[in-house]
Amino acid sequence: MTIQLLKGNEAIAEAAIRAGVEAYFGYPITPQTEVLEHMAKRMPELGRVFLQAESEVAVINMVYGAACTGARVMSSSSSPGISLMMEGISYIMGSQVPCVIVDVVRGGPGLGNIAPAQGDYFQIVKGGGHGDYQAIVLAPATVQEAIDLTCLSFDLAEKYRTLVFVLLDGSLGQMMEPAELPPMKPVNRARPAWALTGSGDRPRNIITSIYLVPEEGEAFNRRLQDKLQLIQQAEVRYTEYETRNADYLVVGFGTAGRVAQTAVKQARANGVRVGLFRPISLFPFPEKRLEELSRQVRAMLVVEMNAGQMVQDVRLAANGRVPVEFYGRMGGMVPFPDEVYEAIQRLSAASAA
Amino acid sequence: MDAPIQANEQLVYRRPSRLTDTITHYCPGCTHGVAHRLVAEVLDELELSDKTIGVAPVGCAVFAYNYLDFDFAEAAHGRAPAMATGIKRIYPDRIVFTYQGDGDLASIGMAEIVHAAGRGENITVIFINNAIYGMTGGQMAPTTLPGQKTTSSPNGRDVETMGLPFKMAEILGPMQGSAYVVRRSLHNVKEINRAKKAIRIAFQTQQAALGFSMVELLSSCPTNWGLSAPAALKWIEDHMLPYYPLGDYKTLPEVAALK
Repeated sequence: MTIQLLKGNEAIAEAAIRAGVEAYFGYPITPQTEVLEHMAKRMPELGRVFLQAESEVAVINMVYGAACTGARVMSSSSSPGISLMMEGISYIMGSQVPCVIVDVVRGGPGLGNIAPAQGDYFQIVKGGGHGDYQAIVLAPATVQEAIDLTCLSFDLAEKYRTLVFVLLDGSLGQMMEPAELPPMKPVNRARPAWALTGSGDRPRNIITSIYLVPEEGEAFNRRLQDKLQLIQQAEVRYTEYETRNADYLVVGFGTAGRVAQTAVKQARANGVRVGLFRPISLFPFPEKRLEELSRQVRAMLVVEMNAGQMVQDVRLAANGRVPVEFYGRMGGMVPFPDEVYEAIQRLSAASAA
Repeated sequence: MDAPIQANEQLVYRRPSRLTDTITHYCPGCTHGVAHRLVAEVLDELELSDKTIGVAPVGCAVFAYNYLDFDFAEAAHGRAPAMATGIKRIYPDRIVFTYQGDGDLASIGMAEIVHAAGRGENITVIFINNAIYGMTGGQMAPTTLPGQKTTSSPNGRDVETMGLPFKMAEILGPMQGSAYVVRRSLHNVKEINRAKKAIRIAFQTQQAALGFSMVELLSSCPTNWGLSAPAALKWIEDHMLPYYPLGDYKTLPEVAALK
């Protein structure tokens, strides 16, 4: 394989193609449109399904329908488009059909702007649609990681019959980096037993999210929760940098984590024993490891490109053992390493005092 | 269950193979059951029952799959045409149909149905128009007639503030992607027979991959209209037919040539 200079959005699209995605449905929205455009060109070339729908509402329901057939299916969008998809996402989770949705987050709320942000954390990680569900959420920080996690997301979606989000921000979607694509996997046209295939040679399959009898609704919800527990046990992913002897811990995901790593290096060079913890799976959240680290360090700093969303989960993991401070930029602003470095200095100074 | 046939008897009428032996949840006098039966009969007659996938709506027909024994998906309100699109694009050789009411199709799902027709999506839509929201208890629908009283238009539909009802066959028929779009009624035997023929042509249209097909069926809702079953059928004739003329709003020449 060869290392190429790849743009985040295009790398994700090509990675999905090589992972054997059979159908893509989408709608243009900046800063993810290159995914749609790449798919528009490549999918028909390969004899696969590409369709630009009339809205993200239609997109997610096309994904829902195609996912009911057991095919590998995906879409991509950016924050306002994902908001529109939330109804269908809830139905997909209530029907337990596998699919992958990429959210290239932009500044919000409302129309916001097309600059990079992480303000969708609550919407994506905590549910967003109605009812009790949580999707698996994978947050890459580099183009290579975006490729790898996109490929992984299909396997996880099928393994757990769930929706998997790949959550990144506009800067990662737009930036070019050297990365390596996986080899092409053929489309797997074998269908799981639960899928709708219109086949008359077996008892019919029904895919629905309705449970009119409350007792049945609760029993179904318990099964969903059991599945979430399995996911929490088996699918936690994170990376650490210089945490082994750290007195302080910076926590950030995606681009914010990457910016923070530069600041951590700078602080280390100036004698501050600080490490970085970057969650890769936002659900399941790596709370156990953070709990361990909260017994080791004196204070934590959470860096996000929002008003402070993941910080709530870090505080739950730390559970009052150490102060958990927050530094964030929002509305499309990306923090500079210097700003994070200053925040680390404030953290260590306050802790020393 | 079917009783065994005696020596001196002939079987002249039976339940279609994919209509289940289930006690109905529909109200007495509701024509959903008739529409279900017609779909099952036609798919048997065309020998398509073994390759059909249905998409159920939100509304009274949310449990259509309790009666229609096909692979089935249950869509979100109004989104059945998008869901059917996703299925059909994966399986172009299967028969994919949606079964939708007027609130589902003509109100919340207007964008999805218009674009499915616009794309010439090769699916069949069975559209039940009973001029009211049934499952939620009789509210005004986009198809509610001028002056018609419902629980959300207690003084009658005021067209000054609510506009006139949507005529979906007239809207979708002229669209470029539509191959076969007609309106029929279920208020008497003659019209039921005509409806069946239309449903047959609609599925044949899909089988021949000619494009989007829809059969709008004027239907009764005795419970929410506050009428007896016979009076409800009469109400279709007296009130719905004048506003919703039966007829063919698109028949491509290729569809007309189908046998």
